[in-house]
Amino acid sequence: MANTVHVDVVSAEEEIFSGLAEFIAAPASAGEVGVYPHHAPMITTIKPGALRIKLPDTAEETLIFISGGILEVQPGLVTVLADTAIRGHDLDEAKAIAAKAAAEEAMKNKASDMDYAKAQAELAEAVAQIQAIERLRRK
Amino acid sequence: MAGSKEIRTKIKSVENTRKITKAMEMVAASKMRKAQDRMRASRPYAEKIRNVAAHLSYTQPDFKHPFLIKRDVVKNVGLIVVSSDKGLCGGLNTNMLRMSVNQMKTWETEGKNIKVSAFGSKGLSFMTRVGADVQSHATGLGDVPHLETLIGSIKVMLDAFESGEIDQLFICYTKFINTMKQEPVMEQLLPLSGDKMGSPAGNWAYIYEPEPEPVINELMTRYIESLIYSAVAENMASEQSSRMVAMKAASDNAKTVIGDLKLVYNKARQAAITKEISEIVGGAAAISG
Repeated sequence: MANTVHVDVVSAEEEIFSGLAEFIAAPASAGEVGVYPHHAPMITTIKPGALRIKLPDTAEETLIFISGGILEVQPGLVTVLADTAIRGHDLDEAKAIAAKAAAEEAMKNKASDMDYAKAQAELAEAVAQIQAIERLRRK
Repeated sequence: MAGSKEIRTKIKSVENTRKITKAMEMVAASKMRKAQDRMRASRPYAEKIRNVAAHLSYTQPDFKHPFLIKRDVVKNVGLIVVSSDKGLCGGLNTNMLRMSVNQMKTWETEGKNIKVSAFGSKGLSFMTRVGADVQSHATGLGDVPHLETLIGSIKVMLDAFESGEIDQLFICYTKFINTMKQEPVMEQLLPLSGDKMGSPAGNWAYIYEPEPEPVINELMTRYIESLIYSAVAENMASEQSSRMVAMKAASDNAKTVIGDLKLVYNKARQAAITKEISEIVGGAAAISG
Protein backbone atom coordinates (compact mmCIF):
# COMPACT_ATOMS: atom_id res chain seq x y z
CA MET A 1 0.00 0.00 0.00
CA ALA A 2 1.37 3.28 -1.06
CA ASN A 3 1.85 6.18 1.32
CA THR A 4 -1.32 8.25 1.07
CA VAL A 5 -3.10 11.23 2.55
CA HIS A 6 -6.81 11.96 2.73
CA VAL A 7 -7.94 14.79 0.48
CA ASP A 8 -11.24 16.68 0.62
CA VAL A 9 -12.14 19.21 -2.03
CA VAL A 10 -15.29 21.07 -1.06
CA SER A 11 -17.04 24.17 -2.28
CA ALA A 12 -19.88 26.03 -0.60
CA GLU A 13 -22.32 24.48 -3.04
CA GLU A 14 -21.13 20.88 -3.20
CA GLU A 15 -18.54 18.30 -2.27
CA ILE A 16 -16.22 17.93 -5.25
CA PHE A 17 -13.74 15.24 -4.27
CA SER A 18 -13.07 13.11 -1.25
CA GLY A 19 -10.60 10.26 -1.05
CA LEU A 20 -7.00 9.13 -0.67
CA ALA A 21 -4.19 10.55 -2.76
CA GLU A 22 -0.44 10.10 -3.11
CA PHE A 23 0.30 13.64 -4.15
CA ILE A 24 -1.51 16.93 -4.59
CA ALA A 25 -0.37 19.99 -6.50
CA ALA A 26 -2.24 23.24 -6.05
CA PRO A 27 -1.77 26.70 -7.62
CA ALA A 28 -1.05 28.68 -4.45
CA SER A 29 -1.00 32.45 -4.61
CA ALA A 30 2.77 32.46 -4.08
CA GLY A 31 3.43 29.76 -6.69
CA GLU A 32 2.47 26.16 -7.17
CA VAL A 33 2.81 23.95 -4.13
CA GLY A 34 3.07 20.19 -4.05
CA VAL A 35 1.89 18.26 -1.03
CA TYR A 36 3.05 14.75 -0.22
CA PRO A 37 1.80 12.74 2.75
CA HIS A 38 3.23 13.93 6.11
CA HIS A 39 3.53 17.49 4.93
CA ALA A 40 3.84 20.06 7.70
CA PRO A 41 0.58 21.86 8.66
CA MET A 42 0.15 24.72 6.25
CA ILE A 43 -2.53 27.13 5.15
CA THR A 44 -2.46 29.16 1.97
CA THR A 45 -4.70 30.89 -0.50
CA ILE A 46 -4.99 29.51 -4.03
CA LYS A 47 -5.29 31.24 -7.36
CA PRO A 48 -7.63 30.11 -10.12
CA GLY A 49 -6.08 27.09 -11.78
CA ALA A 50 -5.95 23.34 -11.94
CA LEU A 51 -5.64 21.18 -8.88
CA ARG A 52 -3.77 17.96 -9.60
CA ILE A 53 -4.47 14.95 -7.46
CA LYS A 54 -2.55 11.73 -7.96
CA LEU A 55 -4.63 8.81 -6.84
CA PRO A 56 -2.94 5.72 -5.42
CA ASP A 57 -2.20 2.85 -7.83
CA THR A 58 -2.87 4.87 -10.94
CA ALA A 59 -0.42 6.61 -13.18
CA GLU A 60 -2.85 9.35 -14.12
CA GLU A 61 -3.66 12.47 -12.20
CA THR A 62 -7.14 13.79 -11.57
CA LEU A 63 -7.50 17.38 -12.64
CA ILE A 64 -9.97 19.68 -10.92
CA PHE A 65 -10.30 23.25 -12.05
CA ILE A 66 -10.92 25.65 -9.20
CA SER A 67 -11.47 29.37 -9.32
CA GLY A 68 -9.48 30.06 -6.17
CA GLY A 69 -9.92 29.26 -2.51
CA ILE A 70 -7.91 28.07 0.46
CA LEU A 71 -5.64 25.06 0.85
CA GLU A 72 -5.24 23.67 4.31
CA VAL A 73 -2.82 20.90 5.26
CA GLN A 74 -3.30 19.13 8.56
CA PRO A 75 -1.41 16.04 9.62
CA GLY A 76 -3.02 13.28 7.57
CA LEU A 77 -5.65 15.50 5.99
CA VAL A 78 -5.59 17.97 3.14
CA THR A 79 -8.60 20.23 2.66
CA VAL A 80 -9.21 22.43 -0.33
CA LEU A 81 -11.93 25.00 0.26
CA ALA A 82 -12.77 25.89 -3.30
CA ASP A 83 -14.56 29.04 -4.37
CA THR A 84 -17.56 28.65 -6.60
CA ALA A 85 -17.28 32.08 -8.11
CA ILE A 86 -14.34 33.83 -9.68
CA ARG A 87 -13.10 36.12 -6.98
CA GLY A 88 -10.82 39.04 -6.79
CA HIS A 89 -10.65 42.15 -4.72
CA ASP A 90 -11.73 44.42 -7.58
CA LEU A 91 -14.46 42.03 -8.68
CA ASP A 92 -15.89 41.80 -5.17
CA GLU A 93 -15.70 45.55 -4.84
CA ALA A 94 -17.56 46.02 -8.11
CA LYS A 95 -20.26 43.60 -6.96
CA ALA A 96 -20.63 45.42 -3.65
CA ILE A 97 -20.94 48.76 -5.42
CA ALA A 98 -23.53 47.33 -7.81
CA ALA A 99 -25.50 45.87 -4.91
CA LYS A 100 -25.43 49.19 -3.10
CA ALA A 101 -26.52 51.13 -6.16
CA ALA A 102 -29.41 48.72 -6.72
CA ALA A 103 -30.49 49.14 -3.11
CA GLU A 104 -30.38 52.93 -3.36
CA GLU A 105 -32.41 52.77 -6.54
CA ALA A 106 -35.00 50.62 -4.82
CA MET A 107 -35.12 52.93 -1.82
CA LYS A 108 -35.75 56.13 -3.73
CA ASN A 109 -39.48 56.23 -3.14
CA LYS A 110 -39.57 55.01 0.40
CA ALA A 111 -40.90 56.65 3.53
CA SER A 112 -38.33 58.44 5.66
CA ASP A 113 -38.48 56.22 8.72
CA MET A 114 -39.33 52.65 9.43
CA ASP A 115 -43.02 52.69 10.20
CA TYR A 116 -43.46 49.96 12.77
CA ALA A 117 -47.18 50.47 13.14
CA LYS A 118 -47.60 49.94 9.41
CA ALA A 119 -45.29 46.93 9.41
CA GLN A 120 -47.13 45.29 12.26
CA ALA A 121 -50.52 46.05 10.78
CA GLU A 122 -49.48 44.42 7.52
CA LEU A 123 -48.10 41.38 9.28
CA ALA A 124 -51.16 41.09 11.52
CA GLU A 125 -53.34 41.11 8.43
CA ALA A 126 -51.30 38.35 6.82
CA VAL A 127 -51.38 36.29 10.00
CA ALA A 128 -55.15 36.73 10.24
CA GLN A 129 -55.49 35.51 6.67
CA ILE A 130 -53.43 32.43 7.40
CA GLN A 131 -55.42 31.71 10.54
CA ALA A 132 -58.68 32.11 8.66
CA ILE A 133 -57.48 29.62 6.07
CA GLU A 134 -56.50 27.17 8.79
CA ARG A 135 -59.89 27.51 10.47
CA LEU A 136 -61.56 26.93 7.13
CA ARG A 137 -59.48 23.82 6.63
CA ARG A 138 -60.42 22.38 9.99
CA LYS A 139 -64.11 22.94 9.40
CA MET B 1 -84.07 25.12 -12.62
CA ALA B 2 -82.88 28.39 -11.14
CA GLY B 3 -79.23 28.75 -10.17
CA SER B 4 -78.09 25.33 -11.36
CA LYS B 5 -76.08 26.78 -14.21
CA GLU B 6 -74.32 29.15 -11.81
CA ILE B 7 -73.50 26.26 -9.49
CA ARG B 8 -72.13 24.22 -12.40
CA THR B 9 -69.86 27.12 -13.42
CA LYS B 10 -68.71 27.53 -9.85
CA ILE B 11 -67.87 23.81 -9.57
CA LYS B 12 -65.93 23.98 -12.81
CA SER B 13 -63.93 26.98 -11.61
CA VAL B 14 -63.07 25.38 -8.26
CA GLU B 15 -62.03 22.22 -10.10
CA ASN B 16 -59.67 24.28 -12.24
CA THR B 17 -58.20 25.93 -9.18
CA ARG B 18 -57.70 22.54 -7.64
CA LYS B 19 -55.82 21.34 -10.71
CA ILE B 20 -53.44 24.26 -10.37
CA THR B 21 -52.84 23.85 -6.64
CA LYS B 22 -52.36 20.12 -7.14
CA ALA B 23 -49.77 20.76 -9.84
CA MET B 24 -48.00 23.33 -7.67
CA GLU B 25 -47.97 20.87 -4.81
CA MET B 26 -46.24 18.26 -6.93
CA VAL B 27 -43.74 20.74 -8.35
CA ALA B 28 -42.92 21.96 -4.84
CA ALA B 29 -42.49 18.36 -3.64
CA SER B 30 -39.91 17.58 -6.29
CA LYS B 31 -38.13 20.91 -5.82
CA MET B 32 -38.11 20.36 -2.08
CA ARG B 33 -36.11 17.16 -2.43
CA LYS B 34 -33.53 18.94 -4.56
CA ALA B 35 -33.41 21.91 -2.20
CA GLN B 36 -32.82 19.55 0.72
CA ASP B 37 -29.98 17.88 -1.13
CA ARG B 38 -28.41 21.26 -1.80
CA MET B 39 -28.83 22.22 1.81
CA ARG B 40 -26.96 19.08 2.81
CA ALA B 41 -24.34 19.63 0.10
CA SER B 42 -23.38 22.95 1.66
CA ARG B 43 -22.67 21.35 5.02
CA PRO B 44 -19.23 19.76 4.41
CA TYR B 45 -17.78 23.12 3.36
CA ALA B 46 -19.34 24.94 6.30
CA GLU B 47 -18.05 22.25 8.66
CA LYS B 48 -14.51 22.35 7.23
CA ILE B 49 -14.25 26.11 7.19
CA ARG B 50 -15.60 26.27 10.72
CA ASN B 51 -12.86 23.90 11.84
CA VAL B 52 -10.15 25.93 10.17
CA ALA B 53 -11.51 29.19 11.56
CA ALA B 54 -11.74 27.71 15.06
CA HIS B 55 -8.19 26.53 14.74
CA LEU B 56 -6.95 29.91 13.67
CA SER B 57 -8.62 31.75 16.51
CA TYR B 58 -6.94 29.36 18.93
CA THR B 59 -3.47 29.27 17.46
CA GLN B 60 -3.24 32.98 16.66
CA PRO B 61 -4.09 34.69 19.94
CA ASP B 62 -1.88 37.70 19.12
CA PHE B 63 -3.63 38.47 15.86
CA LYS B 64 -7.28 39.34 16.36
CA HIS B 65 -9.37 39.62 13.27
CA PRO B 66 -11.87 42.52 13.38
CA PHE B 67 -14.71 40.01 12.99
CA LEU B 68 -13.79 38.47 16.32
CA ILE B 69 -13.60 41.65 18.38
CA LYS B 70 -16.64 42.38 20.47
CA ARG B 71 -17.57 46.03 20.69
CA ASP B 72 -18.55 47.49 24.05
CA VAL B 73 -21.09 49.98 22.77
CA VAL B 74 -23.58 48.75 20.22
CA LYS B 75 -25.23 51.67 18.49
CA ASN B 76 -25.85 50.36 15.00
CA VAL B 77 -27.14 46.94 14.11
CA GLY B 78 -27.16 45.19 10.75
CA LEU B 79 -29.79 42.64 9.87
CA ILE B 80 -29.95 40.28 6.93
CA VAL B 81 -33.45 39.03 6.22
CA VAL B 82 -33.65 35.91 4.10
CA SER B 83 -37.02 35.44 2.44
CA SER B 84 -38.40 33.73 -0.63
CA ASP B 85 -38.72 35.29 -4.08
CA LYS B 86 -42.20 33.97 -4.66
CA GLY B 87 -45.32 33.86 -2.57
CA LEU B 88 -47.92 31.11 -2.06
CA CYS B 89 -45.84 29.39 0.56
CA GLY B 90 -48.05 29.66 3.64
CA GLY B 91 -46.85 31.65 6.60
CA LEU B 92 -43.15 31.26 5.81
CA ASN B 93 -42.24 34.87 5.05
CA THR B 94 -44.84 36.33 7.37
CA ASN B 95 -43.51 34.47 10.38
CA MET B 96 -39.93 35.36 9.57
CA LEU B 97 -40.74 39.03 8.97
CA ARG B 98 -42.78 39.23 12.14
CA MET B 99 -39.82 37.96 14.11
CA SER B 100 -37.54 40.52 12.41
CA VAL B 101 -39.93 43.40 13.01
CA ASN B 102 -40.36 42.51 16.68
CA GLN B 103 -36.59 42.38 17.12
CA MET B 104 -36.15 45.63 15.19
CA LYS B 105 -38.69 47.32 17.42
CA THR B 106 -36.75 46.20 20.49
CA TRP B 107 -33.56 47.59 18.99
CA GLU B 108 -35.30 50.82 18.15
CA THR B 109 -36.47 51.31 21.74
CA GLU B 110 -32.88 50.70 22.84
CA GLY B 111 -31.89 53.58 20.61
CA LYS B 112 -30.02 51.52 18.01
CA ASN B 113 -29.98 52.29 14.34
CA ILE B 114 -30.82 49.42 12.04
CA LYS B 115 -29.49 48.74 8.58
CA VAL B 116 -31.14 45.99 6.61
CA SER B 117 -29.98 43.75 3.80
CA ALA B 118 -32.75 41.83 2.08
CA PHE B 119 -32.26 38.50 0.29
CA GLY B 120 -35.35 37.48 -1.66
CA SER B 121 -37.88 39.85 -3.17
CA LYS B 122 -40.64 39.23 -0.60
CA GLY B 123 -38.47 40.52 2.22
CA LEU B 124 -37.19 43.38 0.09
CA SER B 125 -40.62 44.63 -0.92
CA PHE B 126 -41.83 44.40 2.65
CA MET B 127 -38.83 46.25 4.06
CA THR B 128 -39.04 48.95 1.39
CA ARG B 129 -42.77 49.37 1.93
CA VAL B 130 -42.46 49.88 5.64
CA GLY B 131 -39.51 52.21 5.21
CA ALA B 132 -36.56 50.28 6.66
CA ASP B 133 -33.04 51.38 5.81
CA VAL B 134 -32.20 48.82 3.14
CA GLN B 135 -28.48 48.87 2.41
CA SER B 136 -28.31 46.10 -0.15
CA HIS B 137 -30.43 43.35 -1.57
CA ALA B 138 -30.22 40.24 -3.68
CA THR B 139 -33.32 39.06 -5.46
CA GLY B 140 -34.14 36.59 -8.20
CA LEU B 141 -32.13 33.90 -6.46
CA GLY B 142 -33.86 31.16 -8.44
CA ASP B 143 -34.17 27.57 -7.30
CA VAL B 144 -30.44 27.03 -6.92
CA PRO B 145 -28.71 29.45 -4.58
CA HIS B 146 -25.45 30.73 -6.01
CA LEU B 147 -22.87 32.36 -3.85
CA GLU B 148 -21.98 34.62 -6.74
CA THR B 149 -25.32 36.46 -6.58
CA LEU B 150 -24.95 36.96 -2.84
CA ILE B 151 -21.34 38.15 -2.61
CA GLY B 152 -22.05 41.80 -3.42
CA SER B 153 -24.76 42.21 -0.82
CA ILE B 154 -22.78 40.31 1.79
CA LYS B 155 -19.75 42.49 1.18
CA VAL B 156 -21.77 45.66 1.73
CA MET B 157 -22.66 44.43 5.22
CA LEU B 158 -19.16 43.13 6.01
CA ASP B 159 -17.62 46.42 4.89
CA ALA B 160 -20.12 48.29 7.05
CA PHE B 161 -19.02 46.19 10.01
CA GLU B 162 -15.34 46.73 9.37
CA SER B 163 -15.73 50.47 8.93
CA GLY B 164 -17.78 50.71 12.12
CA GLU B 165 -21.07 51.64 10.48
CA ILE B 166 -22.63 48.67 12.21
CA ASP B 167 -21.47 47.04 15.45
CA GLN B 168 -23.37 43.80 15.18
CA LEU B 169 -24.72 41.74 12.33
CA PHE B 170 -27.66 39.39 12.59
CA ILE B 171 -29.35 37.09 10.13
CA CYS B 172 -33.00 36.09 10.19
CA TYR B 173 -34.14 33.11 8.13
CA THR B 174 -36.44 30.12 8.29
CA LYS B 175 -34.79 27.01 9.65
CA PHE B 176 -35.73 23.73 8.07
CA ILE B 177 -36.63 21.28 10.83
CA ASN B 178 -38.59 18.74 8.81
CA THR B 179 -41.07 18.72 5.95
CA MET B 180 -43.94 19.75 8.17
CA LYS B 181 -42.07 22.12 10.43
CA GLN B 182 -40.04 25.22 9.66
CA GLU B 183 -39.13 27.83 12.24
CA PRO B 184 -37.94 31.40 11.87
CA VAL B 185 -34.65 31.93 13.68
CA MET B 186 -32.39 34.88 14.32
CA GLU B 187 -28.68 34.31 14.66
CA GLN B 188 -25.76 36.59 15.35
CA LEU B 189 -23.11 36.55 12.64
CA LEU B 190 -20.78 39.32 13.75
CA PRO B 191 -18.84 39.64 15.89
CA LEU B 192 -18.15 35.92 15.78
CA SER B 193 -18.33 34.27 19.15
CA GLY B 194 -15.74 31.66 19.94
CA ASP B 195 -18.38 29.23 21.22
CA LYS B 196 -20.06 29.06 17.86
CA MET B 197 -16.89 27.89 16.22
CA GLY B 198 -16.20 25.31 18.88
CA SER B 199 -12.79 23.99 19.81
CA PRO B 200 -10.30 22.76 17.22
CA ALA B 201 -9.64 19.10 16.60
CA GLY B 202 -5.92 19.25 17.35
CA ASN B 203 -3.20 21.64 18.28
CA TRP B 204 -0.57 22.47 15.72
CA ALA B 205 0.88 25.61 14.26
CA TYR B 206 0.34 26.31 10.60
CA ILE B 207 2.83 27.59 8.10
CA TYR B 208 1.20 30.58 6.46
CA GLU B 209 1.75 31.22 2.81
CA PRO B 210 2.40 34.06 2.10
CA GLU B 211 1.47 35.87 5.37
CA PRO B 212 -0.95 35.04 8.19
CA GLU B 213 -2.97 38.22 7.89
CA PRO B 214 -4.27 38.04 4.30
CA VAL B 215 -4.94 34.33 4.68
CA ILE B 216 -6.96 34.86 7.84
CA ASN B 217 -8.81 37.79 6.29
CA GLU B 218 -9.80 35.71 3.32
CA LEU B 219 -10.77 32.79 5.49
CA MET B 220 -12.97 34.86 7.80
CA THR B 221 -14.82 36.42 4.87
CA ARG B 222 -15.37 32.95 3.41
CA TYR B 223 -16.56 31.68 6.75
CA ILE B 224 -19.22 34.37 7.10
CA GLU B 225 -20.23 33.88 3.48
CA SER B 226 -20.61 30.16 4.00
CA LEU B 227 -22.82 30.80 7.06
CA ILE B 228 -25.02 33.11 5.00
CA TYR B 229 -25.05 30.72 2.07
CA SER B 230 -26.17 27.87 4.33
CA ALA B 231 -28.95 30.07 5.68
CA VAL B 232 -30.12 30.86 2.15
CA ALA B 233 -29.97 27.19 1.12
CA GLU B 234 -31.89 26.22 4.23
CA ASN B 235 -34.46 28.94 3.61
CA MET B 236 -35.05 27.57 0.11
CA ALA B 237 -35.68 24.08 1.43
CA SER B 238 -38.09 25.58 3.96
CA GLU B 239 -39.80 27.57 1.22
CA GLN B 240 -40.43 24.54 -0.96
CA SER B 241 -41.73 22.35 1.83
CA SER B 242 -43.86 25.17 3.18
CA ARG B 243 -45.28 25.70 -0.29
CA MET B 244 -45.94 22.00 -0.68
CA VAL B 245 -47.89 21.91 2.58
CA ALA B 246 -49.80 25.08 1.72
CA MET B 247 -50.74 23.78 -1.72
CA LYS B 248 -51.79 20.44 -0.31
CA ALA B 249 -54.08 22.24 2.10
CA ALA B 250 -55.45 24.34 -0.76
CA SER B 251 -56.15 21.21 -2.84
CA ASP B 252 -57.91 19.58 0.11
CA ASN B 253 -59.97 22.71 0.66
CA ALA B 254 -60.95 22.79 -3.00
CA LYS B 255 -62.07 19.18 -2.70
CA THR B 256 -64.33 20.01 0.25
CA VAL B 257 -65.76 23.02 -1.55
CA ILE B 258 -66.48 20.91 -4.65
CA GLY B 259 -68.23 18.31 -2.47
CA ASP B 260 -70.41 20.95 -0.84
CA LEU B 261 -71.28 22.56 -4.15
CA LYS B 262 -72.20 19.20 -5.71
CA LEU B 263 -74.55 18.52 -2.84
CA VAL B 264 -76.27 21.87 -3.34
CA TYR B 265 -76.42 21.25 -7.09
CA ASN B 266 -77.99 17.81 -6.74
CA LYS B 267 -80.52 19.06 -4.22
CA ALA B 268 -81.54 21.82 -6.60
CA ARG B 269 -81.75 19.33 -9.45
CA GLN B 270 -83.94 16.93 -7.46
CA ALA B 271 -86.18 19.72 -6.27
CA ALA B 272 -86.69 20.75 -9.89
CA ILE B 273 -87.54 17.19 -10.97
CA THR B 274 -89.99 16.73 -8.08
CA LYS B 275 -91.64 19.98 -8.97
CA GLU B 276 -91.96 18.97 -12.61
CA ILE B 277 -93.50 15.58 -11.76
CA SER B 278 -96.03 17.11 -9.42
CA GLU B 279 -96.95 19.63 -12.11
CA ILE B 280 -97.47 16.84 -14.67
CA VAL B 281 -99.50 14.77 -12.23
CA GLY B 282 -101.54 17.81 -11.30
CA GLY B 283 -102.10 18.63 -15.00
CA ALA B 284 -103.15 15.05 -15.86
CA ALA B 285 -105.57 14.98 -12.92
CA ALA B 286 -107.15 18.22 -14.10
CA ILE B 287 -107.69 16.85 -17.67
CA SER B 288 -109.09 13.44 -16.64
CA GLY B 289 -111.20 15.02 -13.91
